[in-house]
Amino acid sequence: MKVLVPVKRVLDYNLKVRVKPDGSGVDLSNLKMSINPFCEIAVEEAVRMKEGGGGHAKDAATEVIAASIGPEQAQETIRNALAIGADRGILVKADGEVEPLAVAKILKAVIEAEKPDLVILGKQAIDDDSNQVGQMLAALLDWPQATFASKIVLHAGKATVTREVDGGLQTLDVELPAIVTTDLRLNEPRYASLPNIMKAKKKPIDVKTPADFGVDTAPRIKVLKTAEPGKRSGGIKVKSAAELVGKLKEAGVL
Amino acid sequence: MAILVVAEHDNTNVKDATHKVVTAAKAMGGDVDVLVAGQNAGAAAAAAAKIEGVRKVLHADGATLAKQMAEPLEALIVPLMSGYDAVLFPASTTGKNAAPRVAAKLDVMQLSGVIGVESATTFVRPIYAGNAIITVEDNQAKKVLTVQPTAFKAAGEGGSASVETTAAPAGPFKSAFVSEEMAKSDRPELTAAKRVVSGGRALGSSEEFHRVLDPLADKLGAAVGASRAAVDAGYAPNDYQVGQTGKVVAPELYVAVGISGAIQHLAGMKDSKVIVAINKDEEAPIFQIADYGLVADYKTAVPELMDELTKAGV
Repeated sequence: MKVLVPVKRVLDYNLKVRVKPDGSGVDLSNLKMSINPFCEIAVEEAVRMKEGGGGHAKDAATEVIAASIGPEQAQETIRNALAIGADRGILVKADGEVEPLAVAKILKAVIEAEKPDLVILGKQAIDDDSNQVGQMLAALLDWPQATFASKIVLHAGKATVTREVDGGLQTLDVELPAIVTTDLRLNEPRYASLPNIMKAKKKPIDVKTPADFGVDTAPRIKVLKTAEPGKRSGGIKVKSAAELVGKLKEAGVL
Repeated sequence: MAILVVAEHDNTNVKDATHKVVTAAKAMGGDVDVLVAGQNAGAAAAAAAKIEGVRKVLHADGATLAKQMAEPLEALIVPLMSGYDAVLFPASTTGKNAAPRVAAKLDVMQLSGVIGVESATTFVRPIYAGNAIITVEDNQAKKVLTVQPTAFKAAGEGGSASVETTAAPAGPFKSAFVSEEMAKSDRPELTAAKRVVSGGRALGSSEEFHRVLDPLADKLGAAVGASRAAVDAGYAPNDYQVGQTGKVVAPELYVAVGISGAIQHLAGMKDSKVIVAINKDEEAPIFQIADYGLVADYKTAVPELMDELTKAGV
């Protein structure tokens, strides 16, 4: 079984987001960029399908391909996936913001060329928080989807996926090929070892452009301004539970 | 302009999120219809018809819609869109699952998690887990939005819209429902609760977490949440997690017990109307955003708070 894992390069999740003073966007200059955490979970799951582990039989996956759509530096993100254990990479080079719909169209073309049996993506990127690409891709391919996965069990021709939904868990069977998007608790990604990081440098990365797939990446949505969120002013310290209840009554929330 | 709102419901009741998304739709201007897609969902359709300002309820009923899965919702909604300029889903797991399928089929770029409607074409939404807010212009002929319900006031009751039946998609679909395991609780659902009591790693164990927080939550009629640290330590189940990678809540009252206030947690609750923090570390970052901070050990503070609430007739 061939597994495709799309990955996105985003601002490292430990870093503070700074809005540019002129409101023209978020300042990413000279900041550490990393693989989107949900994408990293997707890579880990695919690699476990290959190596065995996490409930998967060894060789359940025969090949794991990592694909990224982004600038030249997204190669680093692909190398990161290769260091976790993906076999090869595909970089679709595109500068500037590529919206989820265009990403889904590019990935559709990649999938038509590569014919994977399963595509695992992060449920959302922690930069634009769109939570769209997996679902859009499933629709464009007319494939079934299982989003927000916390468990994947592979069978012949299908996958049983447990999803994190509001209020609990839901389990679905999806026919393969299918799209699965990962939630936080699907697995805990490994730290890539130094030998594997070195090995990853030798793995092949194919470089393409959106034009190779005939996809127009011109944005549909115009961002008018980017602002800091409204600041919450710190309140007061109360001295006792009695004072607290009094304040809550005054505030009308009891 | 005609706008379709996809109802959040359990086949019997229409959830409050629907009323809130109707408010967002009304802010765009034009006629607002509500789609109730389910199985044996007549009661929910009738309830949706009572939401104020709704022109018409579309009721699609059938086995394929029983669990409101993404593929049948796409098959149902895409053809309906010939009669609408925009479709709004609540940013629930059901809405987030289905909306992008509809958008892709309509060749529309979707706006996710909208928290403000400035006009029929201008919207506000958070990025970077709410650490930046963008205002965007969407001039596409059709619009697909998921709306963060907590950002809007609920539309009132008192409407009397007509209910029109529309056919459920026949299928078959390539995904099948197997089972579900819903947290059994008499408490309100975390994302919809008016009050939330949350605990952090300071609680120290699962037993202590529930011993301390459950009675307080019951007294306040609150849902129980947890910080990621508490969830990772195994003190609380996964679906309790409030934060950037968990659930986003904005109740009227949020009580944080033994939570230090990591950025990741604050991103999930900072839009609460009133935030109370109880923590023995007076330097804890949670106090910087709390309206009322009580520097105290939860072991003494929570029982005292329970007593004071009783005295106050809560």
